Amino acid sequence: MTPAPESAVRDNLEPAEAKVERPAARSSASSSPVLPARPAVAPPRPGTPSSTVAGEQPKLTIEHLNAWYGSNHALHDVSLVVPPRSVTAAIGPSGCGKSTFLRCLNRMHELVPGGRAEGKLLLDGKDLLGREVDPVVLRRRVGMVFQRPNPFPTMSVRDNVAAGLKLNGAKGSHDEIVERTLRQAALWDEVKDRLDASALSLSGGQQQRLCIARALAVEPEVLLMDEPASALDPIATAKIEDLIHELKAKYTIVIVTHNMQQAARVSDQTAFFYMGDLVEVGPTERIFTNPDQQRTEDYVTGKFG
Amino acid sequence: MAPQMHTDKVFDAELAQLRDRLLEMGGKVEAALAGSVRALIERDSALAERVQHQDRDINRIEVEIDEMCARILALRQPAASDLRFITTALKIVTDLERMGDLAVNIAERATELNQAPPVRPFHDLVTLADLCEAQLKKALDAFVDRDVARARDVIQGDDLLDALYTKLFNELLTYMMEDSRVIRRATNLMFAAKQLERFGDHAINLAEMVIYMVRGTDVRHPQSRGFAAKP
Repeated sequence: MTPAPESAVRDNLEPAEAKVERPAARSSASSSPVLPARPAVAPPRPGTPSSTVAGEQPKLTIEHLNAWYGSNHALHDVSLVVPPRSVTAAIGPSGCGKSTFLRCLNRMHELVPGGRAEGKLLLDGKDLLGREVDPVVLRRRVGMVFQRPNPFPTMSVRDNVAAGLKLNGAKGSHDEIVERTLRQAALWDEVKDRLDASALSLSGGQQQRLCIARALAVEPEVLLMDEPASALDPIATAKIEDLIHELKAKYTIVIVTHNMQQAARVSDQTAFFYMGDLVEVGPTERIFTNPDQQRTEDYVTGKFG
Repeated sequence: MAPQMHTDKVFDAELAQLRDRLLEMGGKVEAALAGSVRALIERDSALAERVQHQDRDINRIEVEIDEMCARILALRQPAASDLRFITTALKIVTDLERMGDLAVNIAERATELNQAPPVRPFHDLVTLADLCEAQLKKALDAFVDRDVARARDVIQGDDLLDALYTKLFNELLTYMMEDSRVIRRATNLMFAAKQLERFGDHAINLAEMVIYMVRGTDVRHPQSRGFAAKP
């Protein structure tokens, strides 16, 4: 059992925020009021990460994923491949579906009242949306870090990191894992002398890295990050970004960000979402220097609306 | 369809200002070339001096454009076509400045030639100069209109320019062999012709960058990079 991440979800799903992620009812399925209609997804160019790296099994394969909030169709037929040990960034304006997409990847979307997802979602080739899949087990393999740091306020630094392990039934001292994951999260040197202090005594940036350490402690394979640095100052942001580069060696990371420069800096492939459609996905360098789709071009150059 | 504007109108204004400055510089280079060749043909030393003097404007604009580009890169973090426009501006400004210097070199040759008795007319020199001017104009038009076809035209036009230069070179060589007293003057003319030929090469650089700016594909040095055909 990992109620830890789940209660974290609820912390993060207060009405205001959940509302932002629900796109307004669309006037028509195929045309947007802002931009001319175009094919939903650009055909992948040969050699793009999404066309499957030769010889390497994709970590995540998303095929024809659709998601709803009640009757609101929030995500339309999204297909995307996430190679292992890579960073995929999802960008797009508010309400474009990028966070919905992220939450589908560890089935947190279905925790929202009325939340429903259909399609194929494969982790290491095995379907995640099937009834026989235990979402709790899945969320141990696919961890998540949220926009605002949400350490358990009544727990010490040490207990925060070990929380997931304890909830999974592991007994005894977890000092070794605590140290290892705090080091992985580039936080150890800053907190090693106050492991028993309250997590709330840390700065915002440190709290966020603590949350990353907490997510890493249960040894996930995929790490989902929803705007992990949007509440942090530039230095703390740089530390998180540096950390993402480090973590990539071991984990597969999917990150949602409003900050396009951040997506450009940290990711290997970038997916641009607009009004529930995956407009284009490709190598990050190409998306930011020479995208295929006019809508992507307009978004990355700041020409929207 | 009119090109979509940036949400931040100030950014649009900055890009427009940069473009206008580049065109102003291009116009001044065009004038410098025309002036230097006229100074040579019409033996007008005063005009040659004006061309040399006005090169300072071109140099000044180069520095200004570099500053504008650095500022936009630092403050706007441009992406996609905006980024390609800025990198193109940074590169073609160097070519334009160099083209201005070549015009100055021609003006210097004119000044020296005007102090000696006239040589017989070489019509191919005028044709070569006209061709250079046309190449620059076409490259600048391609830049303004984001016209890849016209940029390709410029690149193809270089063959004619090179052929003309070779013909002129041989003519001047024969001229010198016939009469050793003209060697000094003919060498000056040969030097001027060489500047024109290089002027044309810089026009090609402009055209190649225009294609990069519009398409995002780099067409430079096809042979070095293992492409068979010319763009």
